[in-house]
Amino acid sequence: MIGAAAQVVLIGVGSPFLVGLMRQVRARLEGRAGAGIAQPMRDLRKLLRKEPIAPHGTGWPFRAAPLVLAATALVVAAVGPFATTDSPLDPAADLFAVTALLALGTVALALGGLDTGTAFGGMGASREMTVMALVEPTILLAAFALSIRVGSTNLGQIAASVAEDPLSVISPVSLLAAVALIIVTMAETGRIPVDNPSTHLELTMIHEAMVLEYAGPDLALIEWASAMRLTVLLGLFAGLFTPWGITLALPLALAVFAVKVAVLGALLAAAEVFMAKLRLFRVPELLAGSFLLALLAVAASFFLERA
Amino acid sequence: MNLLFPGALALCALASLLAALPPARMRSALAGTVLAGAGATALAAGVAAMTGRTWSAWLPDLLPLAGVRLELDALGGLFTAVTGGVTAAAAIYSIGYARHAPRTAQILVPLFAAALLLVPAAASVSTFLLLWELMAIASLLLVLADHRARPAVRSAGVWYAVLTHLGLVAILGGLAAFAAAAGGESFAELRRADVNEATAIGVFLATFAGFASKAGIVPLHVWLPRAHPEAPSHVSALMSAAMVNMGIYGIVRVGLDLLGGGPRWWWLVVLAAGALSALHGILQAAVASDLKRLLGHSTTENMGLVLIGVGAAGFFEASGERALAALALAAALLHVINHSAFKTLLFLAAGSVLHGTGTRDLDALGGLRERMPVTTAVFALGALCASALPPGNAFVSEWLMLQSLIRSLPDGGVSAAVVMPLAVAAVALTAGLSAATFVKALGTGFLARPRSAEAERAHEAPPSMLAGMALAGAACAALALGPTLVLPGVADVTGQVLPGRGPATDGAYLRAAASSLSPVLIAAALAVTAAALLAVLRALAMRRARRAARLWDCGAGPMTARMEYTATSFAEPLQRVFDDVLAPESDVEVTHVKESAYLVDRVRFQAAVPDRIEHRLYAPAIALADRLGRASRGLANGSVHRYVGYGFAAFAVTLIVLAVTG
Repeated sequence: MIGAAAQVVLIGVGSPFLVGLMRQVRARLEGRAGAGIAQPMRDLRKLLRKEPIAPHGTGWPFRAAPLVLAATALVVAAVGPFATTDSPLDPAADLFAVTALLALGTVALALGGLDTGTAFGGMGASREMTVMALVEPTILLAAFALSIRVGSTNLGQIAASVAEDPLSVISPVSLLAAVALIIVTMAETGRIPVDNPSTHLELTMIHEAMVLEYAGPDLALIEWASAMRLTVLLGLFAGLFTPWGITLALPLALAVFAVKVAVLGALLAAAEVFMAKLRLFRVPELLAGSFLLALLAVAASFFLERA
Repeated sequence: MNLLFPGALALCALASLLAALPPARMRSALAGTVLAGAGATALAAGVAAMTGRTWSAWLPDLLPLAGVRLELDALGGLFTAVTGGVTAAAAIYSIGYARHAPRTAQILVPLFAAALLLVPAAASVSTFLLLWELMAIASLLLVLADHRARPAVRSAGVWYAVLTHLGLVAILGGLAAFAAAAGGESFAELRRADVNEATAIGVFLATFAGFASKAGIVPLHVWLPRAHPEAPSHVSALMSAAMVNMGIYGIVRVGLDLLGGGPRWWWLVVLAAGALSALHGILQAAVASDLKRLLGHSTTENMGLVLIGVGAAGFFEASGERALAALALAAALLHVINHSAFKTLLFLAAGSVLHGTGTRDLDALGGLRERMPVTTAVFALGALCASALPPGNAFVSEWLMLQSLIRSLPDGGVSAAVVMPLAVAAVALTAGLSAATFVKALGTGFLARPRSAEAERAHEAPPSMLAGMALAGAACAALALGPTLVLPGVADVTGQVLPGRGPATDGAYLRAAASSLSPVLIAAALAVTAAALLAVLRALAMRRARRAARLWDCGAGPMTARMEYTATSFAEPLQRVFDDVLAPESDVEVTHVKESAYLVDRVRFQAAVPDRIEHRLYAPAIALADRLGRASRGLANGSVHRYVGYGFAAFAVTLIVLAVTG
């Protein structure tokens, strides 16, 4: 119980700093000074002080979307095997449930974007759903590949089994699944090469086009939830492939988790510097590739790792 | 003695009479109310049969030679209960919806419902075939109800009539051969019979083809997206949520129960057909822009998912893994129940849209959130359930299905290692695409701004229609939050159907699986978190009321509704991604100004995504039949001599055949 609460607090508070860290790494590698890792937190504070807006012609889907997005991210933060596998919400700590919860957040936001009735809202929603339609099955497959060895789709059990036998990570199944998961993490969190989080041209946007009409506290909620989703996905990656430290005492486990996610985030940001954003219609090829890798991982696990 | 079932049938007959006799303005109210009672009674009868209180009847004089043999056992009870529930919701809805429907259609609806209730209770080949055909004819007549208003209805009727009768021929042939080999035609005799392998294969494949065509399984699905949308909406709900289930019932009854399983490859065929249908159905739904057609394609998808479960169950059974087989079959049957609940809801909501706007073209809808708030809310609930997202009900059954697919077999062999990952991939891809599909249906059809004058003038449905939808919505919510209420019953059914037929002791996996996921907990966690967030936000940031403001829209000034994304444009990226599979067709026609070829007067653009299977498989077959028909005209040129010659030749050939074989 305490572990899960601590996880939520750490992810809730730490995720804006993770985004700040990633921006800072990029800035330094590109030869800029950068705004410091606390900048996203300052942005959130500023947005929260602004006046809430109800644009003409929008209704409950538009208002509820940020709440649903943030709620799904928080629930996933509570159930994931990040610093502890002992969650009071254990019956929800299932792989399919976690993937579907993240998808639910995306769906809510897409409906919010469509509800505005603007061209960009529809465009963003359409693109986001296309990406999600390919990302969700890939996450499912990749994680199923890992769960076959354990014989359960409970995230806690998968992580615990890897923590028990760390060398089991080094197998064709894990490698294939890891590559697939990295690609979909980039797609799901809207990073280069799938989407550019700091673009200024609406036509090339995916995620940002969808949330164009949000302002003030609503936007703050969305920004915060997006940061949490990034943290959660990186944490899931860390939990599934490198769950070391998960068995330690809670404060230590939390520290180890923070370090792991920070390192993963920094690596991701560094990799982004050397890549360009793909054309929108090349993205599905990338995602189809990762889907194929995940499928290979499942097939390999059926051949190699019978529970 | 369980008298609920005959009671339900009697109420159906009464409803039919009430639709025929009283004055026109009271008809729909009387018939609808009584039919709703019949549905509720049938639901109770089905549940009673599932809990062991079965019902049977033997009426030797009702039909010459064979008699009528009825028996409502646990498996039949499950399907009867589902049909009863769908009937109740559709009947209440029809009070308002079918007020001005022609009398024939109103009389036929209760008869169709009665046939649907009776099919799973048939206990002999002749009774089954008779009821099956009754169901097909009643639904065909109902599909044709609006044929005067729209010409598309007639073509849909022809497609449906041909395919359902080809299906009937296949089932008839299969079951007749089975009965001949078994030496008796009651299901009890068939179950005991020990038929040789070749006959069993023939029976299975023939009946599978027939039942698959009723369930809308690829490649026999072409009638479904035509016929289901053209029927009146409450009939669409009955067809798409109750009638297609009968195809699944037939496959389970004949394949698993009567034939007692079979070799693994049978079930791999079933599984492959299911996976193909799931993917094909959801892809077509993703690019469809007719609301009811989209729902029809989604029916194909969901029946495909069910068949994946049924196929996996048969496969595990043939591999000697009864516990796993029970899990897979329970998942499939649970998905049947869930699909019926949300598809009823969605079709009724679509009917309410049609009632309120007069159109079902998603590209012309929009802005219904303000004009039809209740319909929008229930459609949103149905969409959530249909897209396999928590806390929806399809999420639970698809999760159970994946649980059964990922357990690898101790000696599954290469076939399991190749097939199961592909099946998992198919289920996963379907889940992702269905989310996109239903976001499209809800987002472009109901939210945003109206895209046409019809949508602008939309009005909410009358209370009886809302009550019907609310009933279906309540069923969805109950199934989503409390699958544990129905799972034990479903588990008992699987225990009785699987050929080992022991007591239901092997629900170990099922119990373990069911206890490891709690939909209530997920829903509660989400609700509590969202409420807490809202409270914190209210306290900290949103102390001021929301200020109304103009949409920013990149500062470009107010955009017209024509600039909105439509359903077609929403689906365009997906269509592009699956370009090779869908093979969309587009046509640009440029008309130039007469004076100059450089100035364009008008540009016409047409785009369509034809069903590729229909295009490649049915068009050539129809062309061939057409050619043969024309060619055979030459055989009948009007000469009497020639006809006498034909008669003589046929007689001689018969004699020779008799002489040689006899």
